[in-house]
Amino acid sequence: MRDFSYLRAGSVDAAREAAALPGAMLLAGGTTLIDLAKCGVAEPDTLVDITHLKGLDRITVDERGATIGALARMGHVADHADIKSRFPAISEALWQAASAQIRNMATMGGNLMQRTRCPYFRDPSNFPACNKRQPGSGCSAIGGVTRGHAVLGASDACIAMYPGDLAVALAAFDAVVHLGERRVSVDDFFLLPGTTPDREHAIEPGEMITAIEIPGSAAARRSTYLKIRDRQSYEFAAASAAVGIEFEADGRTIRDLRVALGGVATKPWRARAVEAALNGKVLEPDAVRAASLLAVEGAVDHGANHYKIALAPRVVARAILKLGETA
Amino acid sequence: MTKTTIPVHLDINGHHHALEIEPRVTLLDALRDRLGLTGTKKGCDHGQCGACTVHVDGERVLACLTLAAQAQGRAITTIEGLAREGELHPVQAAFLEQDAFQCGYCTSGQIMSAVACIREGHAGSDDEIREYMAGNLCRCGAYPHIVAAVRQAALEVAS
Repeated sequence: MRDFSYLRAGSVDAAREAAALPGAMLLAGGTTLIDLAKCGVAEPDTLVDITHLKGLDRITVDERGATIGALARMGHVADHADIKSRFPAISEALWQAASAQIRNMATMGGNLMQRTRCPYFRDPSNFPACNKRQPGSGCSAIGGVTRGHAVLGASDACIAMYPGDLAVALAAFDAVVHLGERRVSVDDFFLLPGTTPDREHAIEPGEMITAIEIPGSAAARRSTYLKIRDRQSYEFAAASAAVGIEFEADGRTIRDLRVALGGVATKPWRARAVEAALNGKVLEPDAVRAASLLAVEGAVDHGANHYKIALAPRVVARAILKLGETA
Repeated sequence: MTKTTIPVHLDINGHHHALEIEPRVTLLDALRDRLGLTGTKKGCDHGQCGACTVHVDGERVLACLTLAAQAQGRAITTIEGLAREGELHPVQAAFLEQDAFQCGYCTSGQIMSAVACIREGHAGSDDEIREYMAGNLCRCGAYPHIVAAVRQAALEVAS
């Protein structure tokens, strides 16, 4: 790991100012950044530590929704009683992510800045070509070992998968990222790779995530996060789904369905086609399975990741049917 | 970029330590290489194995992904700080009793993780223990005995 200078920010404004300088980066939990610095992927000149800033770890939940400070840690949010009762999919996405140790370190804001686990991205000495690291250098993953790569939202420049869980649940429930005064929807916060895979987030130099806001809804209250992976715990998703349902008064007709996918796309992937196909319909297994196929409309495989195209709709269908059983 | 060292003050197992280190030094390397506290182990050094688990302000974290400078002002507990006046912590005793290790390399991380797991209230069943201990890998595969040790210690702590 290359050496860098370290400073503790005294305020949000001081942090933003210091991190806007060339070569400077914000440091929160460090679970991505210190790891990538050891890999030689991140080479900061200065780390601006924000973990000691006061007041940015508050969690407030009421009828209108939840506002979670950027420095609230994943483990605390996962265990928060009101998050568990009003936003079960958020709690489940959090506790199924990483390990207890990492969840105690990693912050909510830092989680949104998590980088891909593409092994080619993480290994600059063996794979110099990576458009995400070095724009224009090429993509080592295309034509390589692709079992963990994206089938949705990829481009000719990059097929790296978005690895997180939390943001998938946030996307399903229309969460909003607070960048100080500026507000950006989670859907707009994450960028498709296109021709600029080096740019992953709609955040500008001098900006810092200060909070995440999740509107309250009946669908968020009846929600779940289903994560399928190669081993039962402490693993990234092979495919996952954040699903929420609000039923009409009859308890069978779907009024408001929310579906977002993880483990299959280059960003948290809202599956609006599935929602549109089932809203207004009676929840019925065959209809749910047929509509869930729309989750992977337009999917393109790169060989070994083909299984994700078959797996993702089944994960979506199982999550919807599981929520239906509790009606 | 600077090559200079910075002063870092660490509170470890109730003792104060003053260090002069490069900012990039992790808490793990500071413990092992500067302070001789080698009970905390370096496994993967990338946050994937849990061997370096310590407590910071009472919560389990990974020392390999924590900069020593970040831990200044926090209370750090390592495996060396668990026993009280020569008496093993109930989790340490349970690991011995249940034979919950083979080579022993992951054990201090397992024990630090287990102490926190029980304190968090995440040791209510074998399934819950497995889920909340998942961040600690044991390549010898002593998992059944580790789960038994955590279950035993959780019961003892509760009684």
